[in-house]
Amino acid sequence: MPTEIDRHDVLRLLAGGAQLVEVLPAEEFEEEHLAGAVGIPLRELAQKAPAELHRDRPVTVYCYDSA
Amino acid sequence: MSPRAAWRLESLGFTDVYDYVGGKADWAAAGLPVEGRAATATRLGQLARSDVLTCGLAETVATVRSRLGDHEAAAVVNDERVVLGLVRAVDLGDDGERPVAEVMREGPSTYRPNLTAAETAPRLEGKKVARVVVTTSDGRLVGIADPDHIRDAAGT
Repeated sequence: MPTEIDRHDVLRLLAGGAQLVEVLPAEEFEEEHLAGAVGIPLRELAQKAPAELHRDRPVTVYCYDSA
Repeated sequence: MSPRAAWRLESLGFTDVYDYVGGKADWAAAGLPVEGRAATATRLGQLARSDVLTCGLAETVATVRSRLGDHEAAAVVNDERVVLGLVRAVDLGDDGERPVAEVMREGPSTYRPNLTAAETAPRLEGKKVARVVVTTSDGRLVGIADPDHIRDAAGT
């Protein structure tokens, strides 16, 4: 079950080498994203995540405000 | 959509998955760094002077007056640097023994550090705002920006 976290946890995870993924559409990622994030839109996640993300490292996902 | 993304990743065999619930909105409002096309716009976080004079609720008018020096105002904050008020030199009055809490302006309007100058300038239009208090989304002082600098950066 995914763990819900706040920004302090995000900073701690990033410092420990976690991957940070924005799942909004590519257009919104290009406009603005968290420093250090990669963009994989939700609809492309199943196709791209296995190749672009490491399964053995923590992954943090985010969107605009989780809605 | 991030909860769905997190669950989908788990279904794909990822075992250590986190959902940053606050997302982009929370991150930017806390003044944390962003990248991308929009990241080049001038934001209040950059325009706010961080060398703002601060004081506590219980400090006396006399103490604050002596520290104000050339500053026209001080932000009244608690130990967590959360902004509780604003006190201007002209508000201090003659009674040096009074605590600042009695003469400060309560709950000043505050602005988030991720607002661009272009977004903020119209909001200041027609208001007599001498200083723009910039705080994070949880109320902590980032600094104070000069409205003229905001208008300059916005090109208005």
